[in-house]
Amino acid sequence: MATDDSSQELKNGRSKALPRSRRPELLYTLASLAGFFIVWHLSVSAGWVSEFFLPGPERVFRLMIKMAADGSLFVHIAVSLARVAGGFLLAVLVAIPLGMLIGLWRPMFHLVDPWIELVRPIPPIAWIPLAILWLGLGEESKVAIIMYGAFFPIILNTISGFHGVERVHIWAALSLGVSKQKIFWHIILRSALPRIVVGLRLGAGMAFIVLVAAELILANSGLGFLIQDGRFQLMTEQIMVGIVTIGILGYFINKGLLWLESKWIPYRVTLDQGT
Amino acid sequence: MNDKVRVSNLNMTFVSDRLERHVTALDDINLSIDTGEFVCLLGPSGCGKTTLLNLIAGFLLPTSGSILVDGTAITGPGPERGMVFQEYGIFPWFTVAQNIAFGPRMRGASKQEQEEIVNHYVDLVHLKGFEHHYPGELSGGMKQRVSIARSLANGPDMLLMDEPFGALDAMTRETMQEELLRIWEMDKKTCVFVTHSIGEAVYLADRIVILSAHPGRVKDIVSVDLERLRNRSSAEYFDLYRHVDTILRQEMARSRDQEQVEEV
Repeated sequence: MATDDSSQELKNGRSKALPRSRRPELLYTLASLAGFFIVWHLSVSAGWVSEFFLPGPERVFRLMIKMAADGSLFVHIAVSLARVAGGFLLAVLVAIPLGMLIGLWRPMFHLVDPWIELVRPIPPIAWIPLAILWLGLGEESKVAIIMYGAFFPIILNTISGFHGVERVHIWAALSLGVSKQKIFWHIILRSALPRIVVGLRLGAGMAFIVLVAAELILANSGLGFLIQDGRFQLMTEQIMVGIVTIGILGYFINKGLLWLESKWIPYRVTLDQGT
Repeated sequence: MNDKVRVSNLNMTFVSDRLERHVTALDDINLSIDTGEFVCLLGPSGCGKTTLLNLIAGFLLPTSGSILVDGTAITGPGPERGMVFQEYGIFPWFTVAQNIAFGPRMRGASKQEQEEIVNHYVDLVHLKGFEHHYPGELSGGMKQRVSIARSLANGPDMLLMDEPFGALDAMTRETMQEELLRIWEMDKKTCVFVTHSIGEAVYLADRIVILSAHPGRVKDIVSVDLERLRNRSSAEYFDLYRHVDTILRQEMARSRDQEQVEEV
């Protein structure tokens, strides 16, 4: 009986895919990190590069710990995260409903798509002067720039999520006697969801990337400010602290979002990762 | 009226954007299917067999002519006509159990009813132990079992199957044909089964409706009066196979000649 064959195949497939490979992966990661720090440390302590251009890891981490101890680092992080969250949420609020409308209704697609394609190539930084002119130097302009960055990955993936709804799934539900309204909730939305979640993750990543650009607009706190301030005061360590903190935060945010994604979308989906 | 399905003077025309002309998919189809009958629609690709099935399912509406099911004209899809698709059509975001229970759940069946239904049909299609797997974790044959179980669990009184085993390898395909007959023998629901495999049609059907291509017409209807389960290597089986094969080959030669004439 085919079930027996295929169940065997399935079990084999699973045992191959899961636990064995974890350990070496972690080892490679650790080795790679350690190697990087050793080279960084040696190149400074051996005097190959001047401490002014590239402070050694000890100095950067000493400053980082000092700033963590006096709490200032966490204030910068909190301020930046609040801006990222604000811009991201605003982008979500506009991009998901609009993307759904465009994805489900053809005329809307033809109305809006040219604008998306025209505006999308304009980088967030290009909008900074206008953002300041229109929204001032306060939080609004920064949040708007971040929103702009996060908007496109979310809307494009939402649109393609709704475009990707398969006719066979709708037909299958119709032939099971399911009403149009229930088909929307249980079939159309569910089909589009994995793609929307990918859009949210990429959008959050973009929001974070745009953050530094947004904080170039006159800020007196935040991780981007830390970098700008370090630049003006010729404090290379402080620039490095800003950069390293952004890197670490971004890493954990992405991991967290991937984890959320695997919780929300526990089944296997094949998606070509766009934008 | 003993006819389960009655197709009269059915015509179906599509507008093809690519060819920029009307394409006649089905031309004056007349066909009746008895209650409890297993009918295979057989023909080369482009003969409109899937179109005919989709019309019976109600996904498409005919250009002219009528389809009556139990004496009533079809206006759209309905739960009394269960559908099994070639590309399975099972929902990847639901587990096996959730897929099977979907129809009853949407009609408001209680948790307990749903559970009983799932247990019964998981047993029937031999998927015990896979209830909580997602379709992405299943082989093609297993996916098609889920699809059949989902259809049956909704309690249809006929089954429409669109090349359900077309994507499976030869061995799995034969197993699935036997399984399908085993399930079908239990309550003999009317079954309309689209295939392009002669062997499959001769193995499964009470009657084989052979369709010709461009335009789709009923070319011939062959009754298969062999005891089930049929022996795929018996002389009678092979005779019928050859008979159907001859008809199809003539038909394909004719449509090829015609295409060449059209192109000139």
